[in-house]
Amino acid sequence: MRGSRAGFRGGRVVSSKAVSATFRPPVTAPTQTGLQVQGVHLWRGECHVLRGVHLDAPLGTFWHVRGPNGAGKTSLLRVVAGFLWPEDGEVLWNGQKTRALGDDFGAQMACLGHEPALKADLTARENVRYLVGLRRAVEDTELDAAFARLGIADHADRPTRMLSAGQKRRAAMVRVLLSGAPLWLLDEPFTNLDVAGVELFAGLLAEHAAGGGVVLATTHQPIPAPGVRTLELA
Amino acid sequence: MNAGGGTVPTGMFAAAAATFRRDVVLAFRRPGQMLQPVVFFLIVTTLFPLSLSPQLSQLRDISPGIMWVGALLSSLLALESLFRADLEDGTLEQWVISGQPLAVQVLARILAHWTVSGLPLVAAAPLVGASLAVPGTAFGTIMLLLGLGTLCLSGLGAAGAALTLGSRRASVLLSLLVLPLAMPILIFGARGVDLAILGEPTRGPVLLLSALTILTLSLTPWAAASAVRISLE
Repeated sequence: MRGSRAGFRGGRVVSSKAVSATFRPPVTAPTQTGLQVQGVHLWRGECHVLRGVHLDAPLGTFWHVRGPNGAGKTSLLRVVAGFLWPEDGEVLWNGQKTRALGDDFGAQMACLGHEPALKADLTARENVRYLVGLRRAVEDTELDAAFARLGIADHADRPTRMLSAGQKRRAAMVRVLLSGAPLWLLDEPFTNLDVAGVELFAGLLAEHAAGGGVVLATTHQPIPAPGVRTLELA
Repeated sequence: MNAGGGTVPTGMFAAAAATFRRDVVLAFRRPGQMLQPVVFFLIVTTLFPLSLSPQLSQLRDISPGIMWVGALLSSLLALESLFRADLEDGTLEQWVISGQPLAVQVLARILAHWTVSGLPLVAAAPLVGASLAVPGTAFGTIMLLLGLGTLCLSGLGAAGAALTLGSRRASVLLSLLVLPLAMPILIFGARGVDLAILGEPTRGPVLLLSALTILTLSLTPWAAASAVRISLE
């Protein structure tokens, strides 16, 4: 593991803190290189969906994954998340293979998929508290602030089944926001959102990237935020 | 970096406890759904005294079999929903990337499932026993045996339910998978109830059923966790 990591580090441009004079043992100073996708090939049945996809997403970058329907945007996110296993290629997080990291990599990542993972019979607050609570201890004040930030403070204590589709999206985003994970994978995050919601989400994503996180978002519409890089899938 | 800066990560058992609590709360928000298996249990076991000759001695002889077959079939009713809703709404994906060991989450789910579907059967057992002319002295042992048996079946059912997540109409397939594996439960359980009715020592069946339950609960969460991962592909 260590050997391949060191070799990999040598092969790419390290942008920050290349060599420091003080000795830092590797355990306390992991390479903060963010996410790398290297030559990923994926077949779904007879269909060659991902054909050698490369992506170098260091910490602090915000990626817009684009492409026509069926180009493999969702598949790419699922490969990165570890739900799908590619036929060839590797996904690396901070220089380590994500497969070898296992559950530890899961804790580094927050996902927002097509389904918001909310139980209809629980309130939005109960849903978010449970899912964030699987990762870390969460305070009521944090929840209140996050719900207010997403503009659904008044709906936090209503059963999720009473919420509109857009409000569910916002509740799911509260979960992502509070997850504390550096890597955000968002599949069509703007679905069902109003114009103000799209701007709000885009602002949150840009803010997360600016704060040293990595954001991968698929969407068909332009993302109204500065500094967004584009990965085009054919 | 904003990765969990200054926050306390949740421990494995705290996360399992949270899952258990949430599942039980969810079940109580839909009490009708929760009570279906126990009502089914009561109805099925009532059919036998109605359809057979009402001789008390005969009823007492066949009551262990009736109780166990009834309990197995009604537990089976609730099994298919064990993971299906969580697959459809994306909760299983969140489990996988929560950083928590999936098998421990699955074990919490099994225990919660048993609490809301197995325990009501146990509670209804004296009622069924009385209608089958079982002496009251045997109720305690019967409830213990049924508790162990339904817990074991929840464990087996978790593996079956996870394996059948990929197929649309899984309930029949699930029964075909789980019922053959449940035969040892039926054999030891019915024998134990038989002995309890006769007033003989039931230590043997109780210990065997306990061993079976421990074995099942220590192996099936891992099998179910692997099957859940496969179902996400």
